[in-house]
Amino acid sequence: MNDLLVANSVSKNFGDFRALNQVSIAVPKGSIFGLLGPNGAGKTTLIRIINQITMPDEGSVLLDGQNLKPEHIRDIGYLPEERGLYKSMKVGEQCLYLAQLKGLSKSEAKSRLKYWFDKLEIGDWWNKKIQELSKGQAQKIQFVVTVLHKPKLLIFDEPFSGFDPINANLIKDEILQLREEGATVIFSTHRMESVEELCDHIALIHKSNKVLDGKLNDIKRQYKTNTFEVGLESTNKDKVLSEIQNTFEVLPATFRNLNDDIKLNIKIGDNTSPNDLLSFLTAKAEVHHFVEVIPSASDIFIQTVKNN
Amino acid sequence: MNHLPLIIKREYLTKVKNKSFIVMTFLSPLIMIALIAVVSYLSQLNNDKQRTISVLDETGYLKDVFQNTENTNYTNLNGLDLEDAIALVKEKEDYGLLHISAVDSLDAFSKNVKFYSEESPSLSIISGLERKIEKRLREKKLQKDGVTLAQIEASKTSIDIAQESFDGEKSSKIDNIVKLAFGGIAGYLLFMFIIIYGNMIMRSVIEEKTSRIIEVIISSVKPIQLMMGKIIGTSLAGVTQFAIWVVLGGVLMFIVSAIFGIDLTQASTPQQEIMNQAIQAQGAQAMAENLITAISNLPIANLVVAFIFFFIGGYLLYSSLYAAIGAAVDNETDTQQFMLPILMPLILAVYVGVFTVIEDPHGTVSTIFSFIPFTSPVVMLMRIPFGVPLWQQGLSLLLLIGTFIFAVWFAAKIYRVGILMYGKKPTYKELFKWLKY
Repeated sequence: MNDLLVANSVSKNFGDFRALNQVSIAVPKGSIFGLLGPNGAGKTTLIRIINQITMPDEGSVLLDGQNLKPEHIRDIGYLPEERGLYKSMKVGEQCLYLAQLKGLSKSEAKSRLKYWFDKLEIGDWWNKKIQELSKGQAQKIQFVVTVLHKPKLLIFDEPFSGFDPINANLIKDEILQLREEGATVIFSTHRMESVEELCDHIALIHKSNKVLDGKLNDIKRQYKTNTFEVGLESTNKDKVLSEIQNTFEVLPATFRNLNDDIKLNIKIGDNTSPNDLLSFLTAKAEVHHFVEVIPSASDIFIQTVKNN
Repeated sequence: MNHLPLIIKREYLTKVKNKSFIVMTFLSPLIMIALIAVVSYLSQLNNDKQRTISVLDETGYLKDVFQNTENTNYTNLNGLDLEDAIALVKEKEDYGLLHISAVDSLDAFSKNVKFYSEESPSLSIISGLERKIEKRLREKKLQKDGVTLAQIEASKTSIDIAQESFDGEKSSKIDNIVKLAFGGIAGYLLFMFIIIYGNMIMRSVIEEKTSRIIEVIISSVKPIQLMMGKIIGTSLAGVTQFAIWVVLGGVLMFIVSAIFGIDLTQASTPQQEIMNQAIQAQGAQAMAENLITAISNLPIANLVVAFIFFFIGGYLLYSSLYAAIGAAVDNETDTQQFMLPILMPLILAVYVGVFTVIEDPHGTVSTIFSFIPFTSPVVMLMRIPFGVPLWQQGLSLLLLIGTFIFAVWFAAKIYRVGILMYGKKPTYKELFKWLKY
């Protein structure tokens, strides 16, 4: 078993509305799994099913090869998008309470909290009430509470919202560190740059159906169009341009460069190799820039959602 | 994993440590006692005031009728004419002038009695005067028919019907009053408890929703555990508050009456006057003895056990509904439309208790309402002092428990879905749909 979490054709209805339709995902152990989708696609419903907050109407979810059961609550840490803490409760008491609900003993929770509070340098917040903290500070507390019981599976729903760039980086590093220590992470976000940065695998849910699933690199390979971004310098621009246009499919390109040269996106067919294109170009002009166009996660997201 | 004790502990401590809860706990008995003290002090002040009423009786029939009492002096102005008498009363700033003009016969009397005063006189003074005059006139009329004063005195009798059930259980009027008092207090206590602490549960559910912590919590515990923990924790806080109120109220009452010498229990109200008359009629000693027998006549064991069960059952039934309402809405202002269906049966229960149980504790209406689960806790608690067959109590309790389980199931459904719903206020139709999620 290399998958920590497997969902088998999970469906969920709310009255007449089908929130999830036969969705299957497999989250490999030790991966960071991006769960993507437009607003209202059904991501949160799936996450809630994994957390046993709601039950699926059809299908099953397995954690470590076992059907989900109440004991699994200890193995999961969940940071919901709609987050909050008891406002008038003190930070320390609150953390202890939430940790005990996850099955930690009081003394164990205390020593782990001390470790995290020292690590994040928030030790002097222990006796403050949540309402005395800023939103970002409260989010830090919430992060600590989520990971405190060392769960096998961490689920983060928009973990960086509300953080300034410095703290967002801090949290990102902590997530990566937790992965190093053996945790598996499900990561739901609308920020494609963090998907690009963090995720090994992604699944895209759209209108209650899973429309895309796999390793991020595989998907990118699948979505690439054999297009190359090219910057050329030549004394006879018009001639070179028309020669290229006669041989390949050409689109204008924009990128920053030092020279005022020819900038093109050149699409080659399946039978042509990048080397063929390069030798074709070197024969005609001086090549300053030659990059394969790789689709970004954002491009893939938009394209997939539009096509469905 | 059983988190219930943990949740109960948190709910209890949060409530008890809450500032406004502490303030209310200690301030309420103070305010109550202060109010009672002020009212009784003022009414005593009122009673202590001396007033003088002048009497101008031109008939001579009412001689010796008006005897000076502690608070009222009567001045006889016989011999003066009306205008002089009024002027004199005005000058002396007396309370008023009672004028009886000369009459030919006793029958014409009623049209010739008048009371003159600066301000309109108090009702009790006028009716007091009326009673005195009526009594004298009745005596005069009887004497005219040849009945002597001694015979009139001898004809006065006082009846206190002794009551006995077929089983030989003796009781009296005072028994019924005691029974009513016990039942009424029990029922009313439950009513107050449900309203105060049901609302508290509702607010605490809403708070969890608005602070958005709910999703974190229910990823660790089952919603029904959270709901039950809330209900139990809040109830314990409520019991604590009630206990402090009782103790503090008692102590304060004692201190206030000791320091200011105000007898709070003797606040003179019309009811108490009647009571006092009854006591005078029977003799205080006999009255106290009757009271003690009346209390010992009560089915005490039955009362205590039934109180505990019906109180818990009724309270849990209603508080789970309060929790469901809290889960269904986003803020307190939206609760109104859902509160009505809860308050209606509760208020109905109190009305049925007050109006029909007093009239006929075992009549059809009281019996039926003591079986309907939403009214049974209050109505049954009011009926039990009068002796209710055990099978009736058992059946009523069974129905209550059944409904309670159903209500918890229902509330848990609403709760489970509702706590994760934000934004719009749900309609009843939507609530019904949630039951099927």
